[in-house]
Amino acid sequence: MRRISIFLTLAALAALAACGTTAPSPGPFKATETARDSGTAPGAVLTVMTHDSFEISEDAVAQFESDHDVTVRFLKAGDTGTALNKAILSKDNPLADVFYGVDNTFLSRALEEGIFEPYPSPMLEIIPQDFQLDPSMRALPVDYGDVCINYDRAFYEDAGLLPPESLADLPEGRYRGQLVVENPATSSPGLAFLLATVGVYGEDGYLEYWNSLVANDVLVVNDWESAYYSEFTLHGGTHPLVVSYGSSPPAEVYFAETPLDRAPTGVMTADRSCFRQIEFVGILAGTQQRQLAQAWIDFMLSVTFQENMPLTMFVYPVNPAAALPQVFVENAVIPETTAELAPDRIAANRETWIQDWTEVVLR
Amino acid sequence: MSLERGESHRLGVRNRSGRFDPGLLLWILPLGFLALFFFYPLTRIFLLSFQRSQVGVLLPIWETLRSSETLRVLGFTIGQAAISTLLTLLIGLPGAYLFGRYEFRGKATLRALSGIPFVLPTVVVAAAFTALLGPRGWINLGLIRLLGLSGPPITFINTLTSILVAHVFYNTTIVLRMVGDFWSHLDPDMEAAARTLGANRYQAWTAVTLPLLSPAILAAALLVFLFDFTSFGVILLLGGPHFATLEVEIYYQTVSLFNLPTAAVLSLLQLACTLILTAIYTRMSNRLSRPITLRRARLTQGRLNTWKRRLGAGILILVLLTLLVSPLAALGLRSFTRYGGAPRGEQVTQGWTLANYQQLAQNPQSSIFYAPPAAAIRNSLIYALTTVILSLLIGAPAAWALVRNGRSRLTRWLDPLLMLPLGTSAVTLGLGFIVALDRPPLDLRASPLLLPVAHTLVAFPFVVRSLAPALASIQPDLRQAASVLGATPRQVLRFIDLPLVGRALLVAAVFAFTISVGEFGATALIARPENPTVPIAIFRSLSQPGAINFGQAMALSTILMAVTAAGMLSIERLRLAEVGEF
Repeated sequence: MRRISIFLTLAALAALAACGTTAPSPGPFKATETARDSGTAPGAVLTVMTHDSFEISEDAVAQFESDHDVTVRFLKAGDTGTALNKAILSKDNPLADVFYGVDNTFLSRALEEGIFEPYPSPMLEIIPQDFQLDPSMRALPVDYGDVCINYDRAFYEDAGLLPPESLADLPEGRYRGQLVVENPATSSPGLAFLLATVGVYGEDGYLEYWNSLVANDVLVVNDWESAYYSEFTLHGGTHPLVVSYGSSPPAEVYFAETPLDRAPTGVMTADRSCFRQIEFVGILAGTQQRQLAQAWIDFMLSVTFQENMPLTMFVYPVNPAAALPQVFVENAVIPETTAELAPDRIAANRETWIQDWTEVVLR
Repeated sequence: MSLERGESHRLGVRNRSGRFDPGLLLWILPLGFLALFFFYPLTRIFLLSFQRSQVGVLLPIWETLRSSETLRVLGFTIGQAAISTLLTLLIGLPGAYLFGRYEFRGKATLRALSGIPFVLPTVVVAAAFTALLGPRGWINLGLIRLLGLSGPPITFINTLTSILVAHVFYNTTIVLRMVGDFWSHLDPDMEAAARTLGANRYQAWTAVTLPLLSPAILAAALLVFLFDFTSFGVILLLGGPHFATLEVEIYYQTVSLFNLPTAAVLSLLQLACTLILTAIYTRMSNRLSRPITLRRARLTQGRLNTWKRRLGAGILILVLLTLLVSPLAALGLRSFTRYGGAPRGEQVTQGWTLANYQQLAQNPQSSIFYAPPAAAIRNSLIYALTTVILSLLIGAPAAWALVRNGRSRLTRWLDPLLMLPLGTSAVTLGLGFIVALDRPPLDLRASPLLLPVAHTLVAFPFVVRSLAPALASIQPDLRQAASVLGATPRQVLRFIDLPLVGRALLVAAVFAFTISVGEFGATALIARPENPTVPIAIFRSLSQPGAINFGQAMALSTILMAVTAAGMLSIERLRLAEVGEF
C-alpha cells in the first residue's frame, strides 16, 4: 500500500510539473509568504532582469515596494553577456520590464538590437554627461567601476621594490613574471584591460605592447576568480600584480578576516592605466508596466539606491549626490584619467582585437 | 506511474499478434518530455540563429566547417575526451572489481566519497586542485620546504595533465557505480566453471567475465566520454586559455561575439558527433548484451581473506584515495585555514579557524540574495528530489521500452536520441529555453521548474543507461514461468522485475540526485534568486574580492561535500527496503 501512495505522489508531482503550475510546496517553488510573488497581494509585479552579480539590500527593495505598492521580482540570467543575449532573444515577448547590467563594452549590441524604450528620466539632469553614452536615452547609466591592476603591498615592501605606476612600467625587467591577467575572450575584466591597452597604445601599438608583456612572462588565465584567488600573492599565489578593480582594496578591508588598518592591496592608476566600465539600465521595449518601470529607474538613480550600491556590488554611484561609505573614502582609488574607447568602436573591433591578441599572446 | 506502464508492456507482449503494440505507449512520456524540453527549444534556437545570418544559411556552415580553427578545436575535443575516458576506465575498472566482488569494512564510505567529486561545481574543483597542487598548494609548499627549493617544483594548473586528472577525478564514480554494481550481481560460478573446464585465469576473464560485463562497461564509457566531450568548466578553469573544446568555443562565439550562426554550426557539429557515437554504441551494445542469471550481491562477494588480496585491495584503495579524496581533503582543510592579511614567503598557512563557517550565518550587506546555509541546502535538496522524481518517471519507461524491443528498427533509431541531451551545448540549450518556452501554457522561462527540467535532461540519460543493462539481463523465461504459475502481471512486476532492477533504480536515483545537487543553473534562468542553491551561493561568494568571501566559498563547498556524502550514504543504506536485494 505504501508503495502505491508513493506512486500516486509521483504521478501528482509529474502532473504538476507538466502543467507548470507553482504548487504551495516549500522552498524554491514556493510563492514566498511576503508580498513578493503571492498572487493575492494587491498591486502589480515589476520584473527586473539582471546578471548574476546584481545585489541589493532588503531594505532598499522593501522601500520601493511600499512606496509604489508593487512587488519586485528579480530574474538572474547568467553573466553580463549571457543575460544580455537572453534579453535580446526574448525581445518580442520580454521576460521582464526592466533590464539592468549592460556595460559599455556591450552597449552597442543592446542598442542595435533595440531592446530598450527611451526614457528621459528627470534624474539624468544631475548625472554627469561623461556617463551618458546613449544620447537616445534608452540606456541610462547607473554605476561605474574601473578595471585596474592591483598590487600586493606587502610583497613590494618586503622586496624593497616600488610597485609599477602605469602600463609603461609593466614590461620592465624588475616586474618580470609578476603580472597575471585574464583572457579577454572569456573574462569581462580581461577584455577591459585589453581595451585599456588599445586606448593607450592605439590600434597600431597595443600588440607590440603585449609582445613586451609576453617577453616579461605575463601569465594569462581564463577568469577573474582564478587570477585573483589562485595566482595573486595576496591569496596564496605567486603573482603580486593582478588585473582586478579599483574597488577591490575597499572590498579587501570590508571582507577582511581580521580588521585591517589599511587595504592590503594598492591600485595602479597613473597615465590612463585603467579602463572604466559603466553599467546601464533600460526599460525593455513592450513592457506593460511602463510607469512602474520608470519609477524603478528613477529609484536606481536616486540617492537611496546609489548609496546602497558601493557595499553590495562594489561599484561607484553615478549620482554625485550619493555619499560614499567610509571604507570607500579611505581605501578606494578613483583614477583621474582612464583609457577611453567609444562603445561603437569596441563593438566593431572586439572580435579582431581579441583574435589578434590571441595570436600574439597565446600562440 | 512508470510501473503502471510496465504492465501495459507485458500486455503488449501478449498481444503481439495484433497490429498495434501497446508497449509503444511506454515511449509517450520520455519522448514527449524530450520533444518539449529538448528538440523544440533546440530547433527554435537553431532556426533563429540561422535567420540572423546576413549571408544565408550555407555560408556560415561552410566557413565554420572548413576553418582550420574548427578542425583543431574538434580534434582537441575528441582527443582529450578519448584519453580522459581511457584513463577513467583504467582507474575505475579495478575499483569496480573491488567494489563488485568483495565485501570489506568502509566500503560504503569509500563509495560515497568517490561520488562527491561528481557534485562539485568546477570552480570549487579548480580551487581544490589549486589548494593541493597550485604554486602555493600543500604539495608544492611541502616539497619546497623538504628539498629547500626556491620555487614550486610542480606545474599543474593550466596544463593538459590538469584537464585529464580533473576528468578522471569527476567521472571515476560513473565506472565504479555502473560497472561495479553490475559486477556484484554476476554469477562467479560461470568463471569458476570455465576454470574447471581448463581455462586459465586470463582465458576465463576474457572469454566469460569481460563479455558479460561489456554492456555495463560500454554504457559507463559512453557517459564518461560524453561528459568529457562537452567539458566546459574544467577546460576553462584548470586547462587555461591555451585549450578550447567545442563547448568553450560555442560559449565564446555566443556570449562574447554574439555570433549565433557560427555558434549554431558548432553546436550542431557537437550534436552530430554525439549522435554518431551513440549510434555506434547502440549497435555494439545490442550485439553484446544477453540475458544472464543475476545473483544476489551477498552471494557473489567474497572477503579479503588472503594477504595477496589484502595487499592488492590496499594498493587500489590507496590509489583511489589519492586521486579522488586528496583534493577534497585539501578543500576541506582550506575551509578551516585563516589567511590573515597578506601571506608572505613560505608562510602561507596562518592558523586554523572556524571564522569561515561563522561568517556564513551573517549577511553584513543585508542583501536580498543572501540565504543562510541551511536554506541553501534545503533549496538544493528540493530541486534534487524533484529531479530524481522527474528523471525516474521519464527514464524508467524509456529504459523499459528500449529493452523489451531492443532489436527493432524503431529502438535502434530512438536509443541514440535519448543520449543527445548529454552531448548538447548548455549555452545553446539555455538560449533555446528562452526563445521556445515563451507562450502559455508553456511559459516556463521564468518558472522555478525550469531548473529541475534542465537537470532532468542531463540526469535522464544516466537513468536509462543505469536501468537498461539490469532490465536487459532479466531472463524472459523467469517472467513466463511466473505467469504460467499463475502470477498476475502486477505480481510479476512486484516479485520478479522490481527486485531485479531495484538496485539499478537506486544507482539511477543517486546519479540524478548528484547531477542536480552539483549543477548551478548555467542553462536555466534563475527565477528565484532569493532562494539560491548551494552552488549558486558558492558562486555569489566567489565573485567578490576579500578573504571572507573566498573563505565562505570554501566553507560552503565543504558543506556541500558533507551533505552529498550524507545523502549518498543514506540512499545506499536505504536499499529500497526489501527491494534492493532478492
